[in-house]
Amino acid sequence: MKVAKDLVAASAVPMVLGILAEEASYGYAILKRINELSGGELDWTEGLLYPLLHRLERLGHVESSWQTVTGERRRKYYRITGTGLAELAEQRRQWDTVVDTLKGVWHGMGELGPLPGLTCEAGA
Amino acid sequence: MTAQHGQDELEAQFAQWRQYVERRRELQASDADELEDHLRGSVDALVAAGLSADEAFLVAVKRMGSLDELSREFAREHSERLWKQLVLTGADQDPAGGGSRRDLWALVACAAGAAVSVKLPALFGLDFDQDGSFYARNFSLFALTWLAGFLAWRRQAGRTMIAALAALFVLGAVAANVYPLGEESQSLVITSIHLPIALWLVVGLAYVSEEWRSSRRRMDFIRFTGEWFVYFVLIALGGGVLTAFTAGTFNAIGMDPEVFISQWLLPCGAVAAVVVAGWLVEAKQSVVENIAPVLTRLFTPLFTAVLLAFLAAVLVTSTGIDVEREALILFNLLLVVVLGLMLYTMSARDPLAPPGVFDRLQLALVASALAVDVLVLLEIIGRISEYGTTPNKTAALGENIILLVNLAGSAWLLLKLVRRRTPFEALERWQTGYLPVFAAWAWAVVLVFPPLFDYA
Repeated sequence: MKVAKDLVAASAVPMVLGILAEEASYGYAILKRINELSGGELDWTEGLLYPLLHRLERLGHVESSWQTVTGERRRKYYRITGTGLAELAEQRRQWDTVVDTLKGVWHGMGELGPLPGLTCEAGA
Repeated sequence: MTAQHGQDELEAQFAQWRQYVERRRELQASDADELEDHLRGSVDALVAAGLSADEAFLVAVKRMGSLDELSREFAREHSERLWKQLVLTGADQDPAGGGSRRDLWALVACAAGAAVSVKLPALFGLDFDQDGSFYARNFSLFALTWLAGFLAWRRQAGRTMIAALAALFVLGAVAANVYPLGEESQSLVITSIHLPIALWLVVGLAYVSEEWRSSRRRMDFIRFTGEWFVYFVLIALGGGVLTAFTAGTFNAIGMDPEVFISQWLLPCGAVAAVVVAGWLVEAKQSVVENIAPVLTRLFTPLFTAVLLAFLAAVLVTSTGIDVEREALILFNLLLVVVLGLMLYTMSARDPLAPPGVFDRLQLALVASALAVDVLVLLEIIGRISEYGTTPNKTAALGENIILLVNLAGSAWLLLKLVRRRTPFEALERWQTGYLPVFAAWAWAVVLVFPPLFDYA
């Protein structure tokens, strides 16, 4: 299964902010985390992640600094800011609404019968 | 092959990859560092999974996707680095490279169109010398319509957008010509000043085209405006030299080129230069690009010093601004220049850069401009209460209030920026969001003032 591009783009901001809300992190680790959390279904490109991180930084939602953790390379770490946390809360509210609505819609469809039946009727 | 040898080879591959990345103008050194770290992360993971070093490198590079795609995404986010981005103007859809040639033809057509249109009224007996007021009101229409047309063509603007642009230019033409304005009326002068501003913002609409909501694209237009001005001045200087030689050489052989110069060379050259300057900004951005930040860095401290000296003088002599009308206009112009300087500086600033000395300096500039604006406002209000309203004074009052709000907002956001309370983005948003206010005011002056003041 490949998640549609629009959907990936729309969900990218809350995902990145959510991951950074746990702890400060850097690009490669964020990408790996997304991959793990989605069970390998979400495979972001670098062309998506880094410009997004830079945009969030421009908007003041995250701040970055080059740091050297002992025994590792020098890395650009991103840390969520106060406005970033507020943005995350706002995005969460919006996503909750979307997810709840979808659940309701799909629950209703479940009572109508299995999906293939619907497509048959529509086709007839 | 020893492990050490493999490691050396891997480092060589990283170095080579790095060279490719650094050739991309969209990517800065810090981006290359960040991406290199990412690549090293993937290589390490793949090696840990059992691949050999060079296999891991190949797979990791492949996963990163093509550099073209990566650069395009970076360019979208960092339009200030590469606002000339051909990618964003549609030129990349023409892989054969015929884009610039078609551009050139469109430019020639638009510049020629402007030159022809400025001479058309002459067919109906309107003369530059005798009907100066007609040309004063309409000059911007002859030039800017074609510039907007060229930009809309380049952006491949949709039908709705083109209709909107056309409607606005028609509205401008109507406003400039249907009101019965006398040769000596103040309204004529005010229309001649405000119509170009209103139409310039219509050009801006053509520039941002379908992305008129985007704050970044509006910032690009501010950048465009500054660079266009630089190019236009350069062309005008060259034009002056050309004119001087034309006059001198023809006079030397006993012919008088004065009619040709004043009736043809100057008007046609001026309107064509408006279009050509716009094309130059679109086609040759990188040439002037590096001058813009230098110019602002040079003049921001100088203007700040002048404003502070002036304010100090006002304090010492303890007089307000009690001056003639001409001097009042001078102060207004000064404030507009300060605003232009501030906008241009912002458009050239790296939005991710931490607040620095220059931002403090700008805060000082804006704060002193704010003080001058208050003094000017007091003087205008004093004059209005003493002599009553005129179109001039009301226009000046409105402009100063609009500038006051803009400067106050900018000062507040700059203060917060310097104190690291808010990102630069907020300031950018404030300025780009303010553009419609300028547009609305300029249109209001052009459309509403003449009837409101009885065509005085």
